[in-house]
Amino acid sequence: MGCISCAGLMKEDELAESVVTLRLREPTTIPIEADSICPDNFANRSRGEIEALPVFYGRRKMKLGELFEVEGEKSDTIILQGDLRQVKKIGQRMTRGRITVQGDVGMHLGAYMRGGEIVVEGNAGDWAGAHMQGGRIWIRGNAGHLLGAAYRGEKRGVNRGVIVVEGNAGREVGAQMRRGLIVVLGDVGEFAGAKMIAGTILVSGRLGARAGAGMKRGTIVALADHDELLPTFRYECRYQPVFLRYYLLRLREWGMTVGDEYVNGFYRRYHGDITALGKGELLIYDQR
Amino acid sequence: MYINGVEIEDTFAEAFKMRAARLIITAANEKWALTAAQVATGFATSVIACGAEAGIEGTISANETPDGRPGVSILVFTMGPKAMEDQLMRRVGQCIMTCPTTACFNGLESEEKLKIGGSLRYFGDGFQISKLIGGRRFWRIPVMESEFLVEESFGIKKAIGGGNFLILGESQQATLEAAERAVEAMREVRGVVMPFPGGIVRSGSKTTSRYKFLRASTNTAYCPTIRRQTESALPEGVNSVLEIVIDGLNEWAIREAMRVGIRAACRPGVVRISAGNYGGTLGQYQFHLREVVG
Repeated sequence: MGCISCAGLMKEDELAESVVTLRLREPTTIPIEADSICPDNFANRSRGEIEALPVFYGRRKMKLGELFEVEGEKSDTIILQGDLRQVKKIGQRMTRGRITVQGDVGMHLGAYMRGGEIVVEGNAGDWAGAHMQGGRIWIRGNAGHLLGAAYRGEKRGVNRGVIVVEGNAGREVGAQMRRGLIVVLGDVGEFAGAKMIAGTILVSGRLGARAGAGMKRGTIVALADHDELLPTFRYECRYQPVFLRYYLLRLREWGMTVGDEYVNGFYRRYHGDITALGKGELLIYDQR
Repeated sequence: MYINGVEIEDTFAEAFKMRAARLIITAANEKWALTAAQVATGFATSVIACGAEAGIEGTISANETPDGRPGVSILVFTMGPKAMEDQLMRRVGQCIMTCPTTACFNGLESEEKLKIGGSLRYFGDGFQISKLIGGRRFWRIPVMESEFLVEESFGIKKAIGGGNFLILGESQQATLEAAERAVEAMREVRGVVMPFPGGIVRSGSKTTSRYKFLRASTNTAYCPTIRRQTESALPEGVNSVLEIVIDGLNEWAIREAMRVGIRAACRPGVVRISAGNYGGTLGQYQFHLREVVG
């Protein structure tokens, strides 16, 4: 675990009075594509209408109510229960409201989301927050690979929004991100910020190898250890970036514990990747 | 009406609509935040010749500023948005960016915004970096010392300029002491600045002149040295007059500043408290002294 810890984001009293609770009827090994589980779809629908929303169980089109027990109606606050590791695309394209996943969740969580908030109390699968354009995803456990990344073949990924992972994240965090903020309190795998166009990735644990490969602009901050940096990043100076103070203090406002040593501390600045535009930066905390 | 034996004249201060911006300047320590604030609000006593009226609203402790460093809040007033943009560009660019360790944040939430950091960024010669967080965009401009952080846009809002009162005293010393006490009390009120030197004006003006090339001239009715040569407004025993001008974000702030200022100024050696107006023909706001002091 890294240098920033989290005091807890969600409090029970913050939950809205009116909620829709979905409980997966039984665990499955067959993937479920459930992009219909979205606050925008639930806000004005009765329970019957919610149960009738389509989902794909493998290749079979089914009704949501056949796979999930539904409680509540007409609310943009959703609570999900059960073993959801095979449930994909939850909160895809959402623009409002809140989804709380009480456990683990599958791939593509909150992809393309534009607003609202998703809180995962367990782990999330690959591609969480892919192409996100606003809102906030908060994962209390670990995230898979390609957190906040662009889908293959796309030129640009995340464009605004915030992703926070309290645990570790896999490879290619924030690949091709254009704007926004990704905070990982644990370690990240290789190629964080690969081909990044802009935005900010802050890693409180260990920063994996080849960070920022091919990045044009943007910022990758490492508060702790890091694997060997690419030779295509050049050291520039050791300084106290004022903008980073602003960022770290916002993290404190969101409930994270950030030590004064990081807020007031010095950082080594490297620019790169010089095989691309070279205007990206790695800021490495320097505790000397 | 008398307060501590000082007459409160039955008259009013006339004030007019302006636009205001609030800048939060932070720095490595209070000394440099204050230095930047003092320079940025320099030569900003009157819009007539300075283009803006500005002053320090107050200091802000490190745990209340956006970047957790000591800060100073300044207010800038102009007659319109265009003049404000010009003034902020000059003052932020020449006075704040140049000052060691500073950063500059918007301190006024408003729908109406002016792009300031977004224009100053070009000083970075292509090496400037944009950062967007929580809906606020900042520019990091590389400078020789390290980096200047400035917010892209600054909110402006309709405000009020020209609130005032006059302190008519028996002597220069007594009048100055009263004015100093008044300004000290008024600085506790948020949302106002007193843009003149030390918050005090000794050379109040009227809006006419015998010279065609001049828009304003000395306020002859309140000049003790020529009281027998002009239509004087000075009662017997008055030998010195000082004015305090107040610009504020809203009517309430100006009223409150005038109230505490007038009350603080009512002390031995002061004969009368009056106010400057143009018969109600110029400004949209009138602050009646007796009503203000309650």
